[in-house]
Amino acid sequence: MRWRSAWRKFVNYFMFSLTGVCALVTVGVLFFILGYLLWHGGSSLSWAFLTHLPTPVGESGGGMANAIVGSAKLLFLASAFGIPIGFLGGVYLAEFGGHTFPFVVRYTADLLNGVPSIVMGIFAYTVVVLPMKHFSTLAGSLALGVMMIPIAVRSTEEALRTVPLMLREGALALGASKWKTIATVVVPAARKGIVTGIVLDIARVAGETAPLLFTAFSNRFWSPGWNQPTASLPVMVYTYAISPYDDWHRQAWAAGLVLLTLVLVANVIARLSVSGRSAH
Amino acid sequence: MKKPPHLSFALLSVAFVLTCLLSFRPSPWSAAPAPDPDAVMLNGAGASFPYPIYAKWFSDYNKLHSDIQINYQSIGSGGGIRQLLSGTVDFGASDVPMTDEQLGQAKIKILHFPTVLGAVVPTYNIPGVSQELNFTPDMLVDIYLGKITKWNDAEIAKSNKDVNLPAQDIVVVHRSDGSGTSYVWTDYLSKVSSEWQGKVGRSASVNWPVGLGGKGSEGLTGLVKQTPGAIGYVELTYAVQNQIPYGRVRNAAGAFVKADLAGVTAAAASFAKTMPEDFRVSITNAPGKTAYPIASFTYLLVPTKIEDANKKQVIKNFLTWMLNEGQKAAEPLSYARLPKEVVTKELKQISQIE
Amino acid sequence: MAGIPVPTGPAVANRRAPALIQGLRSGDTFAHLFTLLCAATILLVTVALVHELYLNSTLAQHKFGFRFLTGRVWDPVSGDFGALPFIYGTLVTSAIALLVAVPLGVGAAIFLSELAPPRISNAMTFVIELLAAVPSVIYGLLGMFILVPFLRQYGEPFLKRTLGFLPLFQGPMFGVGMLAGGLVLALMVVPFIISLSREVLMAVPVDQREAALALGATKWESTWQVVVPFARIGIMASIFLALARALGETMAVTMVIGNDPRISSSLFAPGYSIAAVIANEFAEATGDLYLQVLIELGLVLFALTIVINGLARIVIITTTKKGSGH
Repeated sequence: MRWRSAWRKFVNYFMFSLTGVCALVTVGVLFFILGYLLWHGGSSLSWAFLTHLPTPVGESGGGMANAIVGSAKLLFLASAFGIPIGFLGGVYLAEFGGHTFPFVVRYTADLLNGVPSIVMGIFAYTVVVLPMKHFSTLAGSLALGVMMIPIAVRSTEEALRTVPLMLREGALALGASKWKTIATVVVPAARKGIVTGIVLDIARVAGETAPLLFTAFSNRFWSPGWNQPTASLPVMVYTYAISPYDDWHRQAWAAGLVLLTLVLVANVIARLSVSGRSAH
Repeated sequence: MKKPPHLSFALLSVAFVLTCLLSFRPSPWSAAPAPDPDAVMLNGAGASFPYPIYAKWFSDYNKLHSDIQINYQSIGSGGGIRQLLSGTVDFGASDVPMTDEQLGQAKIKILHFPTVLGAVVPTYNIPGVSQELNFTPDMLVDIYLGKITKWNDAEIAKSNKDVNLPAQDIVVVHRSDGSGTSYVWTDYLSKVSSEWQGKVGRSASVNWPVGLGGKGSEGLTGLVKQTPGAIGYVELTYAVQNQIPYGRVRNAAGAFVKADLAGVTAAAASFAKTMPEDFRVSITNAPGKTAYPIASFTYLLVPTKIEDANKKQVIKNFLTWMLNEGQKAAEPLSYARLPKEVVTKELKQISQIE
Repeated sequence: MAGIPVPTGPAVANRRAPALIQGLRSGDTFAHLFTLLCAATILLVTVALVHELYLNSTLAQHKFGFRFLTGRVWDPVSGDFGALPFIYGTLVTSAIALLVAVPLGVGAAIFLSELAPPRISNAMTFVIELLAAVPSVIYGLLGMFILVPFLRQYGEPFLKRTLGFLPLFQGPMFGVGMLAGGLVLALMVVPFIISLSREVLMAVPVDQREAALALGATKWESTWQVVVPFARIGIMASIFLALARALGETMAVTMVIGNDPRISSSLFAPGYSIAAVIANEFAEATGDLYLQVLIELGLVLFALTIVINGLARIVIITTTKKGSGH
């Protein structure tokens, strides 16, 4: 029997080393991308970049102040309706649903996730921009928000499912109604997983370019209110990256870095707000 | 149990950040002009080829008239035409003149205003060859049809006798995204070869017989730079700004011309007298000894009836400024100016906007 | 049993006046309905989307019918369009992406959740999640300037030397092609797999692991035979998310796939995906038929996603073991 346990020990060591290699490879490559972005973007970042408007090529001192504010506005409005709807939908699937309806909803959510972002943009274009006859931050937020819903639903549902049954039963046994149980026991217990999902959601949508091209369009100047076209970081990255000018290339990298920083800040705030003991 | 203090901290910080963002007002020490409530704001969309010069023009115009903000974005010539027809923008821009069918779809008559000239040049990457190559029309057609597959083919050697061409495979590169540049390139090839005209034709996107597709000029030149033996086509402005080597093309008069701004303006000038009233003309394969054969106008598309009186006046004033003052900004950015005859005709057309 | 975790939120028991209990009952119905509506918005949006896509592509449907799915020619000038090369490219690149990303991602997630010290694991995951926000244009640029030359000079010749007897690894090597497209996609979806799988793995109750170990299993056996199956559904969900992203990704793919609507058996050959061609040609498409054909391609992708998701689910249902805890 000894060689059998030696074999099992070997498998143990080998498989975990393999997973270590996987982690090393993926994390290594991803860190490399981040480092590349930091290096290229960081060297082009300046105070002017953060506070000035874009200038035509050949004029120095151009920046992306309007794109930064524009992206923040777009993400704010998109999250404001995309996340609550997605979250509550996930709650339904995990807590209330029967068999067929949740299956259909889950399936459809996965389908929606697979729709190319440009098709979402075209959809928002036909539904909002054409009737209104102009591009607007509102239309852009709609396209992004609709993209956020399916991810939020699925990740919330998965997070809620990890909460052990006995927690729910304990609360119900103490006399709480179902919705009270969910609100005060289950959701707080799963909050780390829910927040992970939401953060991934915002991150993914923050970098989307194609849906914005036909909805929020872009803007060389400030965009007052919600009803005008607005500049946004991903669109600026796209426009500048495929241009022939070195200065614009550098600005594109800097914009990518700023975008990442915005998401980082959101990530940190979200994590801090749910730290503390949870069900795990 | 106490609520975690982190929650209130988080909420406070979110509220703080949001208040900052939503009440953002540029301060005096930033170069950003404050949003003016009385500003006239126009939106335009279209061709990406002239985007740099349009960006410069609209910015300079805004510096002269701080209450006028013209916002132009490049989403492609076809996109510009579509947005103009849908009424979501105030004006459009296109490298390709609108077809009769498209003009018929518009409720109002649309005017074409040529703004600058551009050219498309052949660029290549042949290991060991640093000289400029000569390209005849037939060579270009046959390479892009896939008939010539090696760089030391007899037909290429014929026009490049003093170049040591290796036996390298030719890798054809074209644009994958629909673009005015592809339109001009295929327009030229269609004019010089009836075989190309029949098999492939002219359009912003065609069924390329061979080759890889690069997205945008950046993608195309990136591919050419990295692939030994590659050949592609790119706008002159792009080649000059990025110091990409390009070859000479034989024009209709038989001379091998390396594209430059003078040659492009000459191409337009040779069509000036025969140009139709609405300026919708193709100027590829232009006659004239110094004319560069693969050149084209790019247009601003303006509706004849504009309801908002402010906007109408702004557009008319801008067009006048563009045709006089604005042309000076063209050459530093590697765009060719319009020939004088065309400018005169356009100034007359402005009066048609009411 | 190990200590039952106590909820840290506001008190569970209802401290308020009993008169509210009646209100709470209707609160349940209200909650049920409200969350149901939210879940239903997904169906609403999908129906509206399909409706719009369908309505705006009727010209194309009339002209081609089902021939559209088998046509191989893409000629905007003559008006002859076929979707097969794009369907092929989408399937191949997504398959490559998943084949590379799933083992790597799940392996990394296992490592991060089981083996790595918590601080390192948290820090690494934090950074990985950040990468989900990198605009796909940047992935495309990195792909074009780093991955493609690497493939052309080292990666593809190596594959050709070692596995060149397979038709998959033959033919001219440009660097750009379906292999590059698949690899860039793998890179873009791996953060999702790692992040979500790790969450689910960490949520598996400690007693499950301890029970296995108490029975004499090695740590790996406990992980692979108890923990991972327990978290199976969550891991599958992350894979579905990854698949969805791979099918619909536009910008990054179009920069490295070569954009040639041709079907080839070699992974080195350039190809084209549905999302890429829509992104490339939509803005410039002139003429109603051309535009509607592109919209019909969107519809085709939707149908493709339905089929792939359906097949994947069937596979899961037929191979699911019991005891996954749900």
